Amino acid sequence: MRNAFIKILEEEAAKNKDIYFLTGDLGYSVIENYQAKFPKQFLNVGVAEQDLAGIAAGIASTGKIVFMYSLGNFPTIRCLEQVRNDVCYNNLNVKVVTVGGGLHYGALASTHHATEDLAIMRALPNITVVAPGDRAEAELATRAIIRHKGPCYLRLSTENELYKKRPKFKIGEAITVRKGSDVTIISIGGMLKVALDAAEMLKNNKINARVISMHTLKPLDARTILKAARETKCIITIEEHTLMGGLGSAVAEVLAKNGGRVRIQMLGIPDMFSKKIGDRDFLRAHFGLTPQNVAAAARRLMTKGK
Amino acid sequence: MKLQLIANELRKDVIWMCHRGKSAHLGTNLSAADIVTILYKKILRVKPKSPNWPDRDRFIVSKGHGAAIIYAALAHKGFFPKGWLKTYYKNNGKLAGHVTKLDVPGVEFSTGALGHGLPIACGVALAGKRDKKKYRVFALLSDGELDEGSNWEAILFAPQHKLDNLTAIVDYNKIQSLDFVKKTLNLEPLKAKLKAFNWEVREIDGHNHNQILKTLKSVPFKKGKPSFIIAHTIKGKGVSFMENTVKWHYANTDEVLLAQALKELSSKKK
Repeated sequence: MRNAFIKILEEEAAKNKDIYFLTGDLGYSVIENYQAKFPKQFLNVGVAEQDLAGIAAGIASTGKIVFMYSLGNFPTIRCLEQVRNDVCYNNLNVKVVTVGGGLHYGALASTHHATEDLAIMRALPNITVVAPGDRAEAELATRAIIRHKGPCYLRLSTENELYKKRPKFKIGEAITVRKGSDVTIISIGGMLKVALDAAEMLKNNKINARVISMHTLKPLDARTILKAARETKCIITIEEHTLMGGLGSAVAEVLAKNGGRVRIQMLGIPDMFSKKIGDRDFLRAHFGLTPQNVAAAARRLMTKGK
Repeated sequence: MKLQLIANELRKDVIWMCHRGKSAHLGTNLSAADIVTILYKKILRVKPKSPNWPDRDRFIVSKGHGAAIIYAALAHKGFFPKGWLKTYYKNNGKLAGHVTKLDVPGVEFSTGALGHGLPIACGVALAGKRDKKKYRVFALLSDGELDEGSNWEAILFAPQHKLDNLTAIVDYNKIQSLDFVKKTLNLEPLKAKLKAFNWEVREIDGHNHNQILKTLKSVPFKKGKPSFIIAHTIKGKGVSFMENTVKWHYANTDEVLLAQALKELSSKKK
């Protein structure tokens, strides 16, 4: 998705001199072309994330649209207070962009797993939190956050092409990627592919699964969640993220308030650091973030209470 | 009005504000009073009737706990009615205990957590350079906040990018929250450190108006380099019983001490 992001950013930066791209000394093999084409709209602040966020806020205060880019945890929780105060409290047009959301950097281990970022960022006032589900969504999300005034968090992860036809993308409006009436699988970010593959498996069991890409975690599309609850009665959430405070929690908050009778199962990473070492797919399987496990959970949920 | 008189008037405002609001941070507001007075009266190119004028000089107050003196100076400059000062630190008031932008004209950034202002100032200065703007950026720091690593990230950054439109001023009153700076995390040799980081550094008496004025007027000290002013100050300056004490970082005045403080400041009329 990072290639999709930088491609769109280059297109937009060519048209808009107010776009600035700041990095905390990361982006090897991704950012070079942008840097060469737009040296005046580029800045590598060094390995200094607190500075990165403060500088981004300072530049944004002069009327610019400032992207600050790094790996999952670095421009978010390393400099959380700067993001909270300098960016969100002062309500500036800064876009925090991370790559490698979730378990992407698998064997590099937990320092490089971004698995609490969504919960933490969504707790900040004024910020919009977006985690696109594939390449097309990433492109559309990049354009959307440029046009959206105010702080944004864009979490990029696995590169996938999942749409045959370009979807309609609006911040805060979930995309129903697959229609279905028996069970709903709501995914965020790179889990969209797992959700779609699970739905395909469920078809063999004559189960018609709806798949929703919840690309915007905040503001959350409560209407689409409630509609799914009404129509399918069973909801599964899946996220490459801790179960504490992310997509599952956010969906449960909506359902607890006004969801009526609905069964919900949240899939994600339990409240722990990984004790296993391995690549992304290995760790995803270890934590049950596989189509097989999602399909099994759907079957269990549908028979529960019947 | 003479600068010294204005500085004392602002100090009296601060005494009243902290007394009415029962707020802390008297000492740090008084130590910065002369620097802040001269910045607003003689240095900063700002338009109180047009606070968001794009070419204005930016004054970023990193020591956000020194809010009372900033508000007093902004009111004196005409950014908002002086009556607002009475609402400082009050429920439903206009002015918060840390420098806060919420509908307060003249405040550039909401601050309060330490170590935030200098990176922000670097960003504003860099944008100004790239846009070929004439505005200058001033950041006011406390000595205690130089403990924060974020400042040292910014101290590396500014010379790298030749931000000679940036001036950092440290209100070096030698006392932080719980104790003296040198007993907590000694900053010395501060000038040598900053010079080694490629800043152009001047040391001044932060209460000597001629020195403050002359030094601030001469920025940038060197083309292509950011300027750092180490302003040696006295915490609680102007009120004898507050001067150079740890206690008056947090303490409040009662009626007797209020009267004494105001009397001392009123007698200084030269």
